[in-house]
Amino acid sequence: MNKKQTKNNLITYAIVIAFYIIVEIMILTGNLSSHMKGLLVPLTYYAVIAVALNLCVGILGELSIGHCGFMCIGAFTSAFFSRATEMSIPTVPRFILAFIIGIAFAALFGFLIGIPVLRLKGDYLAIVTLAFGEIIKNVINSFYIGIDSKGLHFSMKSAMEMGMDKDGDIIVNGAMGITGTPHNANFTVGIVVLLITLFVVQNLVGSRDGRAIMAIRDNNIAAEATGINITGYKMMAFTISAAIAGAAGVLFSHNITTLTASSQYFGYNASIMILVYVVLGGIGNIRGSVIAACILYLLPELLRGLNTYRMLIYSIVLIVMMIVNWSPKIIEWRKRTFGRMNLKLTKEA
Amino acid sequence: MSFLTYLINGLSLGSIYAIIALGYTMVYGIAKMLNFAHGDFIMVGCYIIFSVSAALSGNSVIGIIVAVVLCTILGVTTEFVAYRPLRGAASPLAVLITAIGVSYLLENIALLIYGADIKSFSSVITWEGVSFAGGQLKIQGVTIVTILVSVVILIALQLFINKTKQGQAMLAASEDKGAAALMGINVNRTIALTFAIGSSLAAVAGALLCSAYPSLSPYTGAMPGIKAFVAAVLGGIGSIPGAMIGGMVLGIVEILSKTYISSQLSDAIVFGILVVVLLVKPTGILGRQMVEKV
Amino acid sequence: MALLDVNNLSISFGGLRAVDNFNITINKGELYGLIGPNGAGKTTVFNLLTGVYKPNEGIIRLDGEDITRKSTIEINHAGIARTFQNIRLFKNMSVIDNVKVGLSERFKYSALEGILHVGRYFSVEKEMDAEASKLLKVFDLDGERDILAANLPYGKQRKLEIARAMATNPKLLLLDEPAAGMNPNETKELMDTIALVRREFDMTILLIEHDMKLVSGICERLTVLNFGRVLCQGETKEVLSNPEVITAYLGE
Repeated sequence: MNKKQTKNNLITYAIVIAFYIIVEIMILTGNLSSHMKGLLVPLTYYAVIAVALNLCVGILGELSIGHCGFMCIGAFTSAFFSRATEMSIPTVPRFILAFIIGIAFAALFGFLIGIPVLRLKGDYLAIVTLAFGEIIKNVINSFYIGIDSKGLHFSMKSAMEMGMDKDGDIIVNGAMGITGTPHNANFTVGIVVLLITLFVVQNLVGSRDGRAIMAIRDNNIAAEATGINITGYKMMAFTISAAIAGAAGVLFSHNITTLTASSQYFGYNASIMILVYVVLGGIGNIRGSVIAACILYLLPELLRGLNTYRMLIYSIVLIVMMIVNWSPKIIEWRKRTFGRMNLKLTKEA
Repeated sequence: MSFLTYLINGLSLGSIYAIIALGYTMVYGIAKMLNFAHGDFIMVGCYIIFSVSAALSGNSVIGIIVAVVLCTILGVTTEFVAYRPLRGAASPLAVLITAIGVSYLLENIALLIYGADIKSFSSVITWEGVSFAGGQLKIQGVTIVTILVSVVILIALQLFINKTKQGQAMLAASEDKGAAALMGINVNRTIALTFAIGSSLAAVAGALLCSAYPSLSPYTGAMPGIKAFVAAVLGGIGSIPGAMIGGMVLGIVEILSKTYISSQLSDAIVFGILVVVLLVKPTGILGRQMVEKV
Repeated sequence: MALLDVNNLSISFGGLRAVDNFNITINKGELYGLIGPNGAGKTTVFNLLTGVYKPNEGIIRLDGEDITRKSTIEINHAGIARTFQNIRLFKNMSVIDNVKVGLSERFKYSALEGILHVGRYFSVEKEMDAEASKLLKVFDLDGERDILAANLPYGKQRKLEIARAMATNPKLLLLDEPAAGMNPNETKELMDTIALVRREFDMTILLIEHDMKLVSGICERLTVLNFGRVLCQGETKEVLSNPEVITAYLGE
């Protein structure tokens, strides 16, 4: 085990815990506005899904622009479960079960979608993840599921079609989504989920499986010739990434009164927003994703005037970062200017 | 009769997809990159026509000309500033993410200038259209013009590629950039020319799109752009007739599924086609096989 | 006894018979050279041996086991490791991690143990680290263990590629133009490295090479390939003095 890596991982946990303590102190001393408090849970789930996406983009090396689709699956399956069992199971076990269900379904779909998607490469893979993200959103939008004394009812046409009793409860109401999911998520839960996510991803990166995944990213032909099971490891990374996105979805749905599969939260534009966090935090840099997600999510809220220009600035920064970090000419220029300093750089992940 | 109307509407929407898809497929064929911002060039074109027409009290012809010129400049500039530095980058994701950034940038500039509210776009085609079978089958002017324009563009492009020196240079550069450069072809200029053609077509597609569906917002171009990419993949990326066929098929499928299945699910069906095509025949209907050399 | 036994191997691409009726027998511990002009089909033979291409005809046996048409991964597990003409390292990983990727078939723990850092994780990682360090030492790369592979100088990148191949504990090592792009000094060092691999690991090696000095200096037997066919094979000295070979290389 690489000592430097262990230390690096511990620093990440420490930063998250320190942030948690500072925020809690601010809450206790009344230094945090209710507006800011409302941002804390979103902050955690955006950090979680940013880490998930970085696992896919930075570690596995495949660009997904449909990750919010997995978040959507996690959100809806868990919210459905919580709504359906709200009366019959006490809060704590129900919320834990909701997590398990949300994560399991997101992982299942990550696996199923991964089978076709991971056979593709580069641009094609990216556009197909986008396609799947949109398909998930559209399909969920046309689901109607209700429950009454006779059991579950299902339709893809309208709530009326289900033919439920008068006292029946419509849980998933098409494009109107799920209303009234219990508000079980809070900042502490969010931080715990984030810490578990970091634990899983950082440990994975430091393990033999993580190395195999990164080897595939760097050179799939050489990895294959070195005896690495390409398909298996790609599936593994993609499924874990989807599962974590599902966990973010559970936090999302248990923090919102009305959950709809809208483009704003689950469309490809939302996925691209997460990608911005990942790129600006450093592709492959797990800690960077968390920090970037926090800063980029909070900054426009702190600097009110910035909000109008927020996306404009992000897009410019995104373009500039990509050119500065990846342009062959600029890389060469940096090497010439800074000389052998680059040689000392070891891996970031 | 109503089925025939839907079919023609599908053909018309498909023609628009086809014109957009031509831009994607040419750029992909030569620069080997997915210009994610291509759809947003359409939106820029629409806003230019909208503004110019408003300033000139409804003269849309000048609006279209200005839009074509400015979109061409926009396309070439984008390629020069954002994409060219990343040619030959270690990861193919670099230029794709940059293109996503450009897409975001254009949408947000439009948002700042015009706001998020939907502008109603007055059609650039004033012709009412024709009726058949005693008014049972009515085809709108914009539908006919759209289909005609796309056919004219297809023929013009085919002639350009096959009969002119620049067109041949494009073919050569899409085959092998290194070898093309050795044959004295200025690859950078050829790629810039491809972007110029693609972007000017985007402006034309914008005029037709907003004439058929007269609501304009900063996100107008995004979805048609992505669907046109689906069309390009469906037809076989890099193939000009393929883009045309792919666009037509996609337009018809979209309109028919909206009508007969569910408007909610029509996008899911369109994207489903992409998934199926890439799995069954990743090279599309008219595409060619590419193999990675070991 | 023959370690590698290839019979009647053929493959066509379209109408072109890239490799036609190729035969080779390599004995255990031998250093065998595969030479021939550009485009003769040498790398195609490597790709056939490692399962990148599937042959139209023929049988490949490694240590008596039929490995024809097996996947690249299975063939690696069966005991063939290779390097590439254009170096293919895991560039954004450290030197030692490159070797550890090669070791991962031999040093195993479950994914769950890896993710949770429990069970065999620590003990196996420790053994793996020791083994990887040992390999790096052999190849004189221990000074660069934490550097990114991309930042190694060219000659050392070649060495690392061989070290990584050796980490998979192969029976047969395939080297695809290891001296390509090297200056005479680097080539000399490479020859020492190859000699070292044979000595340290008692390795059987099949190499493709253009550098005649290197070939005549270290290979025991040669096969000459021309237009996808075996032109001649045998002892290095005999082969190199064969007039047909000279014609193939120098032209009429």
